[in-house]
Amino acid sequence: MSLETAHGHEHAEVTNTGIDNRKLGFWLFLSSETIFFACLLVGYLVYHGQNGSGPTPAELFEIPLTSISTFVLLMSSLSVVLGVFSAQQGHAKAARGWVAATALMGLVFLGFQAYEFTHFYHEGLTLSSSLFGTTFYVLTGFHGAHVAVGVIWLLSLLFHGRKGGLGQDKAGDVEIAGLYWHFVDIVWIVLFTVVYLLEAAM
Amino acid sequence: MATAAKTLGFIPRPTAETGFVSWLTTVDHKRIGLMYGVTAFLFFLFGGLEAFVIRLQLMKPNLDVVTADTFNALFTMHATTMIFLAIMPMLAAFMNFLLPLQIGARDVAFPRLNAFSYWSYLGGGIFINTSWVLQVLNPAGRAVPDSGWFGYANLTTVNFSGGMGPDFWTIGLLLLGIGTLVSGFNFITTILNMRAPGMSLMRMPIFSWTTMVTSVLVIFSFPAITVALLMLLFDRQFEANFFNVAAGGNVVFWQHLFWTFGHPEVYILILPAMGIVSEILPTYSRKPLFGYSVMVFSTALIGFMGFTVWSHHMFAVGMGPVVNTIFGLTTMAIAIPTGVKIFNWLSTMWGGRVKFTSAMLFALGFIMCFTIGGLSGFMHALPPANTQQTDTYFIVAHIHYVLIGGSIFAIFGGIYHWFPKFFGRMLDEKLGKWNFWLMFAGFNMFAFPFHFLGLMGMPRRIYTYDTGFGWDFWNMFSTIGVWVLTAGILLFIWNFVQAMRKPAGTLSDPWDARTIEWTTASPPLPYNFKEVPVIAARDDFWYKKYPDAGHGGKAAKKQDQPHAAGAVHGGGHGIHMPGQSYMPALLALGITLLGYGLLFSNMITTIIGVTGIFAGMFGWAFEGDGGTVIEVAGGDD
Repeated sequence: MSLETAHGHEHAEVTNTGIDNRKLGFWLFLSSETIFFACLLVGYLVYHGQNGSGPTPAELFEIPLTSISTFVLLMSSLSVVLGVFSAQQGHAKAARGWVAATALMGLVFLGFQAYEFTHFYHEGLTLSSSLFGTTFYVLTGFHGAHVAVGVIWLLSLLFHGRKGGLGQDKAGDVEIAGLYWHFVDIVWIVLFTVVYLLEAAM
Repeated sequence: MATAAKTLGFIPRPTAETGFVSWLTTVDHKRIGLMYGVTAFLFFLFGGLEAFVIRLQLMKPNLDVVTADTFNALFTMHATTMIFLAIMPMLAAFMNFLLPLQIGARDVAFPRLNAFSYWSYLGGGIFINTSWVLQVLNPAGRAVPDSGWFGYANLTTVNFSGGMGPDFWTIGLLLLGIGTLVSGFNFITTILNMRAPGMSLMRMPIFSWTTMVTSVLVIFSFPAITVALLMLLFDRQFEANFFNVAAGGNVVFWQHLFWTFGHPEVYILILPAMGIVSEILPTYSRKPLFGYSVMVFSTALIGFMGFTVWSHHMFAVGMGPVVNTIFGLTTMAIAIPTGVKIFNWLSTMWGGRVKFTSAMLFALGFIMCFTIGGLSGFMHALPPANTQQTDTYFIVAHIHYVLIGGSIFAIFGGIYHWFPKFFGRMLDEKLGKWNFWLMFAGFNMFAFPFHFLGLMGMPRRIYTYDTGFGWDFWNMFSTIGVWVLTAGILLFIWNFVQAMRKPAGTLSDPWDARTIEWTTASPPLPYNFKEVPVIAARDDFWYKKYPDAGHGGKAAKKQDQPHAAGAVHGGGHGIHMPGQSYMPALLALGITLLGYGLLFSNMITTIIGVTGIFAGMFGWAFEGDGGTVIEVAGGDD
């Protein structure tokens, strides 16, 4: 057994906490990402209402449409859970299927976002048009970039499991990708609530 | 040595043990630590050179050694270099080298990520200093960052800084931040997961504790500056409005974001230095660290409270009496755990058989100068006094007392203390004492007059001054102090070169030290420990050497560590060492090239950079396990 060489892929390391090194390290990364999005969100909130001569959030947001993309992203969290579960149970092919479904739903979300950005741009909201434009595009854009990275990651997992699927030997890899995916999803729940829903409620 | 490399990936993992490739591809925390140390020391000399020119310019009234613009570039780059390229990575060098040795591990949790941290630091450092090359080629281009090390909006907008200075600064700091964050994740995981059997958290050497708290500060504070820098980047490159006053942007928002990072950052710079001093004092006082538990809690408390005081950097911007009072109070409160530490250090020496080695002298110099710096810091905590002191040389005095008298003295003490462990050689003690006294005298001569100059009203950052303010004498005195300090640093380099010319072969424990890194060979073998040590007490090595000394020697009451018993012995199964890899350096190169691509809006460089990033990441993920198994002969001794 290898001890403390933990750049580890396949072997389960014996650790003080009992948590795999990679998983612990990744939780720490996510905790740091939380502050990253918190700071961006603060930027959005301190400049709230600074619409310049451009369109206001109330004029632009279409809650039903964004609700659909939000629903798709939430369902992708379910499918990634099922993917992790299948991999842990050794259902390698099923795991691959769930991961593919997750990536697909991520792409659908990104498609909605691309549509929304294009639409808003034609309505006159640009990165430079007002502080609302600046903060909105940067905040939701960085979230979209995170989703895009997640999709690339999931596709890489599919490549990883191109022969024989994602079985128990790769369950750890799927699980960590899943942690990331859930995080990105949770960030969206906060953004959808604060940026879109509270705007509609006011 | 049997090679057990099973290559799953596209590229075979390198196995060179000597030469350039072995350093380029190394994942050994000790080698990475040495690379950090040497690189950071070179940047330290470069930042020192910048300071040297600054002091020449200010030596007498109305000099024009450099132009006002160059002066702005010099003080900006001096601070940026010293903070991000010299002190932080020098402390990271100690963390890399010592942390696994102190907790009884064979490496850090993620050896390849550790290498990546170093290479991205090197890339970022070279990136930011490329600006000097451009400046020399085209002096009118204003390529060097010149808006001050905290880059206040709106000095950094295109209107006021049309050159590339702020772009170099923004992208460079973003590059440096990546490596720092990755180190933070790596060290915390290492400490939480990879301690030897019996090495409970409260038995860890105190330097490992400060590494832990510092890493927590890193991972929660660096995202704030990342966001601030990205906003600035968007403002400058893509005409966003974050700090555009005409569109309603708020320049104070930059200050809040920056100092949300910036104040934890000062504890990132000082806590590991405190850890080094807390290792040196007990060793040469031949007593345990006084109040170990209180030291640990003080460190954690300083780390936590470090996030609650940032606005004391902004008392003069008009936040109002309530906010100023709150942040004044939190700032004063943070002096309590800091003061506790100072008294604990004094109590550690009290009644000990103190040996005044070079390392000990630096530690004593640290206590004195850091206390002075702490007291002036406490004075800044009072908003009314702060209004008088802000933007004067009084602040410059404070920051130099905590960063040179504090961090740098601790780093030099640490070098003298652990030099045998790093290189298997000893630095000359006689030269070392000269080294200390020159640096100590030079530093105080150069920085103490800043207190007077500040109270006499000399503003910081002015490139020259007129005669008749009463500033002439102290400015001249301060510049002479810099020459003395420089002599001390040159003497250190001489001492270093002399030591390295001798053959290696120092005893493993020349100082009769206390913690388990001194049980390893000097320098340690690649796998650190032949057998993973089993820890029974705090200062375990001391109580194994002197079983009759005090409370030590009692065996661990319960084996609360979940290490498999069979895994403790290295012999038999052999020691599995992580494989070397090109990928960390490739990934860091890709990211750095992407930075250059963004800076010059050059599509080809950007594409090459992105390609390098993808190649590095996929190569990383799919290059397979690699590694070697080392059979240790005579695992019983």
